[in-house]
Amino acid sequence: MARRRELIGYGLIAPALILSIGIVVVPGIFTVVLSFTDWSGIGPSYNFIGLQNFRDILADNVFGTALLNNIKWVVLFLTVPAIIGLLTATLLLRRRKMRTFFQVIYLMPYVLAPVVNALVWQTIIYNPNGGIFGFFGLQPPTASVRTSLYGAAIVDMWHYFGFLTVVYLGAMRQTPMDQVEAAVVDGAGSWKVFRHVYLPSIRPTLLLMGVMTVIFSFLAFDYVYLLTQGGPARSSEVMGTYAYAFAFSSFEFGKAAAVGLIMSFFGLIASCVYTWLSRRDVTE
Amino acid sequence: MRRALGYVVLAFFAAVALIPLLLVLINSFKTNPEILSNPFKPPSSFSFGNFSTAWNYGQFTKGFLNSILLTGTAVLVVLIASSLAGYVLAGRRVRTSSAIMTYLTMAMTVPIQLFIFPLYAGVASLNLTDNVAVVGVILAAVNIPFATFLMRTFFLNVPAEIEEAALADGVSTFGLLRWILFPIVRPGLITVGVIVGLNAWNEFLLSSTFLQNPEDQTLTLGYLTMNGTFSTDMGTMMAGALILIVPILGAFIALQRYVVDGMASGAVKG
Repeated sequence: MARRRELIGYGLIAPALILSIGIVVVPGIFTVVLSFTDWSGIGPSYNFIGLQNFRDILADNVFGTALLNNIKWVVLFLTVPAIIGLLTATLLLRRRKMRTFFQVIYLMPYVLAPVVNALVWQTIIYNPNGGIFGFFGLQPPTASVRTSLYGAAIVDMWHYFGFLTVVYLGAMRQTPMDQVEAAVVDGAGSWKVFRHVYLPSIRPTLLLMGVMTVIFSFLAFDYVYLLTQGGPARSSEVMGTYAYAFAFSSFEFGKAAAVGLIMSFFGLIASCVYTWLSRRDVTE
Repeated sequence: MRRALGYVVLAFFAAVALIPLLLVLINSFKTNPEILSNPFKPPSSFSFGNFSTAWNYGQFTKGFLNSILLTGTAVLVVLIASSLAGYVLAGRRVRTSSAIMTYLTMAMTVPIQLFIFPLYAGVASLNLTDNVAVVGVILAAVNIPFATFLMRTFFLNVPAEIEEAALADGVSTFGLLRWILFPIVRPGLITVGVIVGLNAWNEFLLSSTFLQNPEDQTLTLGYLTMNGTFSTDMGTMMAGALILIVPILGAFIALQRYVVDGMASGAVKG
């Protein structure tokens, strides 16, 4: 009977595991193998070339730019949207009637497709001929080597901050009311209540979102690819666009796999931290 | 006074979120010279010419059908796979439940860039690129881990007595799931469906890689193609954007409770 129950269990969980392993894990293992070859992505011929792909990439200046840009992306996303998210969530906490209204507005850019968001900014805001920047006679940030990365990051942060508002507000609402009331009775002002009651109470959420942000920042692709294609002069290249260009512009799948592996390595570190944190949360 | 200041801050960020979208709305009805003279000015007359141009050149009829097929496939596959897996994991019905949960946590954070290149080569060798349903299944596989976790928490909240009573009455596992448990976890199924639907509808990296033939492009890819021809025709580009924005915002506002709940549960990728 117990055996039968176990068999049924495996039968029910099989579709999820087969899809995940077949589509994500098996090709993922192939990526590791590919990164040691010179495969072009077409045809069966390839040679194992050891660490040559990694040596070439590390010697490439563009890789340095891309890695540095990913690090800048991490720093930007760990601060700007997180602060806006915390500030707006805190303000919404005590405004029950307006809560849904503001959450829905903040989430509007988040639910729209990156293609739509990027092209809207490119066409009507950044456009030097007729967009808002053109109207005020300004050069758009995406056109200059010094600011191109930030031009893409601004649009991504605009689309992202509302998500953090909703997540942080959701976490803050779990804070036990008696703790808040006790602090108020003790004469704590709203800053002190935030600092000593709400902030410690949402610490697990803050940490998890922080780790997630680090992972996604090393994988950034959509907004950079759509707004700058890594340019001008490859100044806004991130590892995601750099790898993509190897695979689908110069047909060096081996190198693309090597960059994909390096990106995932950063993700893996963060994901180990994530696993560790969420396990600790469960056991606590 | 402080309360008013709080509202000023909230309203400021509401304006930040909304102004680009309002610019789309007002400029989609304007001609190019009107936009060039002042992009902030409301339209002097409402002409719908931009919309029909955008619809034709963005191939939106085909785009809508392909997007619906892609999203529908992804949502259906995720709902079936993740609800069955969530049920098993919630009741620890297999001895390896903990190991599977650890696996799913890791799988949730595997980046697309780690598997896209060999997957593309594999799918291409099977002649399955430019197949919308195949991309739907791939997107399903990406979304299954988080959806399983979300469904698991919904199954955890179902009292064990319900299942025991049904099994005592001789109900089969299938009957139990189909007629008793699924109706109870319906809010979870809707939340997962809405979030996966949104992810699939908006996805860019996988869809643009696997769907290069114009016949098989989704709505957003059709709009991206249009940008090549119409990048200087701002009115048409804005009309195209509005056509893509309105249905999503409409669906979002109608289903916002599920979207917000799903996100607040911390189960969504950025």
